[in-house]
Amino acid sequence: MKFVDEFRDAGMARTLATQIAALCEPGRHYKFMEVCGGHTHTIYKHGLEDYLPETVSLVHGPGCPVCVIPMGRVDDAIDIAERDDVILTSFGDMMRVPGGRGSFFDSKAAGADIRMVYSPLDALKIAHKNPDKRVVFLAIGFETTAPSTAMTVLRAAAQGVENFSIFCNHVTIIPAIKAILDSPDLRLDGFIGPGHVSTVIGCRPYEWIARDAGKPLVCAGFEPLDILQSVYQLLRQLKEGRCEVENQYARVVPWNGNPRALQVIGEVMELRPHFEWRGLGFISQSALQVREKYAAFDAERIFAVPGVRVADPKACQCGEVLKGVLKPWECKVFGTARTPETPIGTCMVSSEGACAAYYNFGRFSRERVKEATRA
Amino acid sequence: MCLGIPGEVIELMADHDDLAMVSVEGVKRAVNIGLLSDEELVPGDWILIHVGFALSKIDEAEAKASLDFLTGLGDAYTDELEALAASDIT
Repeated sequence: MKFVDEFRDAGMARTLATQIAALCEPGRHYKFMEVCGGHTHTIYKHGLEDYLPETVSLVHGPGCPVCVIPMGRVDDAIDIAERDDVILTSFGDMMRVPGGRGSFFDSKAAGADIRMVYSPLDALKIAHKNPDKRVVFLAIGFETTAPSTAMTVLRAAAQGVENFSIFCNHVTIIPAIKAILDSPDLRLDGFIGPGHVSTVIGCRPYEWIARDAGKPLVCAGFEPLDILQSVYQLLRQLKEGRCEVENQYARVVPWNGNPRALQVIGEVMELRPHFEWRGLGFISQSALQVREKYAAFDAERIFAVPGVRVADPKACQCGEVLKGVLKPWECKVFGTARTPETPIGTCMVSSEGACAAYYNFGRFSRERVKEATRA
Repeated sequence: MCLGIPGEVIELMADHDDLAMVSVEGVKRAVNIGLLSDEELVPGDWILIHVGFALSKIDEAEAKASLDFLTGLGDAYTDELEALAASDIT
């Protein structure tokens, strides 16, 4: 497909690998975080770590919106779904995410009307078709999905739909990166910046990372060559003593983002004072809530949800995985109690979660590491 | 849910100003283009689709620039190999 196949050329990947190796200083180790779960998925699907020198390691960041939803919010959504007149709609990624009282699949099996949708517009259509039901869309995602949710709310308002609302769990990427940088257990040399989030927010919001935190950042696309090129650009910056924000994914990411999308988000939503992230705890001003003006479309105002905080399972080390402190296979329950079929934590559920990416694509590498550790 | 899918605009739907018919791997689908209202899309444009919405117009010139850079890296490597083969420091 156009602009996909061209960025999967194996010969070019090998050339890039050679150039990357040439940029590495002997004896120096480099650690780059790919913030976005989509990048983690590409890295393991295409075995990109095998193209990198051993001195360059990629650590996985908190950029999987499914992974960072705390258990209490899943329980709140189930509480809404269990009401007789409610249809809860959700992206498929959320269906197996465990809350304190089970997952959406468990709740659906017990009789709740929970439906998977591809788009929030599908949820609005369900509301049109079911005027005697209250249809709630579980809104999750970073700035990538927030404009779509906001557009859907605006459309519902314009159409005067009275039986549609959103349970807003949208989060924002910059506070998460700040939390990572504030974490004392991780020393990073730079960031592979999010791709699709940046189509909305652009590259400017990252400038403080280069300027104040002293870490280079390259916004990257999702094909294998995009990621390898981004690693190349990060290493070249370090070699040349530069520390900047660069845009490798300029074919999709405008430097100033999508002003219309930002305007739509701002019209419908505002920052929450604080929001809990699974594994990371409460982060100030890191999530969005529905503005008072659109209260009629806010499930949190319409339904009194329990809002109980549920502690993360002790066995699962999602927090360390989400911060890149642990590799997924270093989690105590990886691949044993915990597989994509029987997840304990969220990182194993979403296809973009670091643990699922490792489990589905990285078995060989994991076995190799285990053997190396034994040796 | 987080994946963006590239598609080619086939036609703007006359009866819905925020919808376009888009070809995604040969399959035609209606996509909401309300978030690209500043872009003045025309048939033949490529867009990135995300949960039913066009989120970004794909810039062909930037795609070409990126590929040219990558090809250039390949040239640099080949040139280096050729230079190495041609050198004789004995």
